[in-house]
Amino acid sequence: MNKIVKKEFFSENVVRLVIEAPRIAKARKAGHFVIIKCGETGERIPLTIAAADKDKGTIDLVIQRVGVTSRKITELEEGDYITDLVGPLGQATHVEKVGTVLACGGGVGVAPLLPIVEAMKMAGNRVVTILAARSKDLIILEDQMRQFSDELIIMTDDGSYGQKGLVTDGMESVIKNEKVDLSVVIGPAVMMKYASMVTKKYDIPTMASLNTIMVDGTGMCGACRVTVGGKVKFVCVDGPEFDAHQVDFDEMLLRLSGYKDIEKEAENKYISNKCKSR
Amino acid sequence: MSVNPDYLKEEREQEWRVVLRSQKKNKERTDLVRVHMTEVDPKIRVQSNIEVNQGLSEDDAVNEAQRCLDCPNPTCITGCPVEINIPKFIKNIERREFLEAAKVLKQTSTLPAVCGRVCPQEKQCEAQCFYTLKLKKEPVAIGYLERFAADYEQKSGKMAVPEVAPAKGIKIAIIGSGPAGLTFAGEMCKRGYDVWVFEALHEIGGVLKYGIPEFRLPNSIVDVEIDILKKMGVHFETNFVVGKTATIDDLKDEGFKGFFVGSGAGLPRFMNIPGENYIGILSSNEYLTRINLMDAANPNTDTPIISGKNVAVIGGGNTAMDSVRTAKRLGAERAMIIYRRSIEEMPARVEEIKHAQEEGIEFINLANPLEYYADEKGRVKQMKVQRMELGEPDSSGRRRPVPVEGSEYLIDVDTVVVSVGVSPNPLIPSSLPDLKMTRWQTIEVDDDKLQSSIPYIFAGGDIVRGGATVILAMGDGRKAAASMDNYIQNISK
Ligand SMILES: Cc1cc2nc3c(=O)[nH]c(=O)nc-3n(C[C@H](O)[C@H](O)[C@H](O)COP(=O)(O)OP(=O)(O)OC[C@H]3O[C@@H](n4cnc5c(N)ncnc54)[C@H](O)[C@@H]3O)c2cc1C
Ligand SMILES: Cc1cc2nc3c(=O)[nH]c(=O)nc-3n(C[C@H](O)[C@H](O)[C@H](O)COP(=O)(O)OP(=O)(O)OC[C@H]3O[C@@H](n4cnc5c(N)ncnc54)[C@H](O)[C@@H]3O)c2cc1C
Ligand code: SF4
Ligand code: SF4
Ligand code: FES
Repeated sequence: MNKIVKKEFFSENVVRLVIEAPRIAKARKAGHFVIIKCGETGERIPLTIAAADKDKGTIDLVIQRVGVTSRKITELEEGDYITDLVGPLGQATHVEKVGTVLACGGGVGVAPLLPIVEAMKMAGNRVVTILAARSKDLIILEDQMRQFSDELIIMTDDGSYGQKGLVTDGMESVIKNEKVDLSVVIGPAVMMKYASMVTKKYDIPTMASLNTIMVDGTGMCGACRVTVGGKVKFVCVDGPEFDAHQVDFDEMLLRLSGYKDIEKEAENKYISNKCKSR
Repeated sequence: MSVNPDYLKEEREQEWRVVLRSQKKNKERTDLVRVHMTEVDPKIRVQSNIEVNQGLSEDDAVNEAQRCLDCPNPTCITGCPVEINIPKFIKNIERREFLEAAKVLKQTSTLPAVCGRVCPQEKQCEAQCFYTLKLKKEPVAIGYLERFAADYEQKSGKMAVPEVAPAKGIKIAIIGSGPAGLTFAGEMCKRGYDVWVFEALHEIGGVLKYGIPEFRLPNSIVDVEIDILKKMGVHFETNFVVGKTATIDDLKDEGFKGFFVGSGAGLPRFMNIPGENYIGILSSNEYLTRINLMDAANPNTDTPIISGKNVAVIGGGNTAMDSVRTAKRLGAERAMIIYRRSIEEMPARVEEIKHAQEEGIEFINLANPLEYYADEKGRVKQMKVQRMELGEPDSSGRRRPVPVEGSEYLIDVDTVVVSVGVSPNPLIPSSLPDLKMTRWQTIEVDDDKLQSSIPYIFAGGDIVRGGATVILAMGDGRKAAASMDNYIQNISK
């Protein structure tokens, strides 16, 4: 059981939780994630460790509501406990000084991007960050990102904030202006697919952090498998980061939709039950 | 480990056993027919998770115990990997000292209620019974009797909590809470060590909990044993991945003096054939974990499960049988086993195959999947299989399946469970570069001591053997405890 010591809303559907987890705070590196389970009947879902405070023994999670479990977690309050929390899992990001890093985050992919941006900056890189979302109120972690970025570009689909356009438009303009040595793209699978097509065109090494469906997170089930460079990899133990140019995003997109109908039904049921019980 | 023949003889000459033997002639004993276990009707049992085998009544157990001849040379014992004193426990059942029988079991097996249910008896103890070897008759139902005695003890409410030696103040860490880890924990606790079990999942029990289904091994049976360990003073830390949450080196710095790795063979294998990543194709580990660990079939839990009308399970082991019978219980109209050899070669327990047949599982033998096809949404809808025939025996002594050219055909499927084996869990090895591994990626240990190339690390169970059995994992736990105790006493001299 891990206690929630702080809760903060970044937007209507995005919440930051600060959770007591001293061992994980100590062991984690950029790129690691945890698996969390809420309640006895809860499911296990993966969430990136967005930040950690070794001294206080806490980790930060940034969670976007997309379904039942993420909703349940965002409904927890300060002082509540998380039933099960395990980590840090996955391979840490390979961080080194390469020159200029173009970091692109879409939607809630911004949360997992934050620790990587921080680590890249600390390693002495120039970091250009692009945050993309549908509209202004969905842009999160802007201040935190600015702190570790030499340049921060904001893109919104509707132009309600920053520049109007997609993340790929922002990427093109940066790449045309300066030499980029490495790109990191994290966001919805579709966004990562198109973003990596851009960097492929310019031959820029690119890594993507994949957000597949997971169960155990320890390599035991294979739910998280993806094809990378023609080989089957388990995201939870081999990843979550991979060479974006080798990832079969189309297959990943299909696999992500595997439980869509059941999940939607479950969420509707959860919401209607809640309304009834009020 | 080898049982001392003199000791066996001495026990056999105890007065009560001599008297018991004289009460019935051997001929009378061998004329008795083997007991039948009451089973829930197949039509009813496939509608729930109720345990199929209902156990023996006291009278049935006593009658079956009478069949045992209390042989001067009890060959059955040689078939049991932990060498339970089989005639001694059976004769205690015959004289209705059921708790005493359970005590005999507990001397060598930590989880008799589990082994009585899941051991492949027909290949082990019962295969070496005098009845099988010499009389060519059905063996004494050693497994049923073992289960009976262990269940009797559990139900009696008089579960003995083993005595624990005075605290030594020496901390020992165990990685993994499967049968190997649990057995090791109990044994070290008895010796007075301060025992900590670290488990990656949120539940204790390893495969006993997340793998083997409720209809074969109810969780409550395992929980009783875990409770005893807790009462003895074993500490359990769930949600703790050794190598990630903390490394063995970290734990060493925290004062742990010895480590036992019982991390199992949890890595699923796939066949790497085209289409295997389509939606609806999953490993048996994922399938069974969703159902057994996450209770996904219960509408009140959040974990989803897709289980279709036409379910194909690839493989012929216990895991395949468990998956296909689970599919049936989840409402599959066609639940199929697809196995590349014939039924005789299946590694699953004979009883599970029989139960599966009774439940209407379709066995498609001598067939091997080649490719999967999906609908426009990426959901599997068909599979191509190829007929096989049996050729010359291979290194395992089983006849090798050879493809029959041009025999391919299609089967409609909407769920496929791949159950073609597991590999050792790499989490521990990958965090310990100095640990010597075999070329099968299992941990290399000294056969007698179960000590690894790093002297304070011992290992046993599936991480050493590859996919094996519960009883072998337990046997390893016991053996490793004895040798770690030795090791620690030597270094602290
Ligand atoms: C390594 C890793 C790190 C992650 N880090 C974060 C994080 O820091 N913050 C965060 O908010 N989320 C993160 N995710 C995604 C998060 O795990 C999912 O959003 C969550 O599992 C959804 O669960 P749910 O029950 O709320 O929704 P569900 O009911 O399971 O799903 C609702 C909808 O979301 C879709 N969906 C389900 N799982 C995913 C997924 N993994 N990715 C994209 N869409 C999905 C479904 O198709 C469905 O349409 C991460 C995923 C991975 C694999
Ligand atoms: C579906 C199924 C059915 C089976 N049926 C039978 C049967 O009928 N009869 C029989 O004899 N055998 C059967 N077996 C095989 C038997 O279950 C195994 O041989 C046995 O469980 C091995 O025990 P173990 O203790 O080595 O490991 P496991 O039971 O695999 O337990 C290992 C535990 O270690 C944990 N772990 C792994 N890595 C770490 C880490 N780094 N940190 C912390 N924890 C970790 C895992 O989460 C797991 O809980 C079956 C197996 C399966 C999968
Ligand atoms: S432990 Fe297994 S092999 Fe040994 S006697 Fe019991 S059932 Fe037979
Ligand atoms: S071999 Fe069979 S009959 Fe003889 S002691 Fe063992 S169980 Fe009894
Ligand atoms: S989540 Fe189960 S193997 Fe990756």
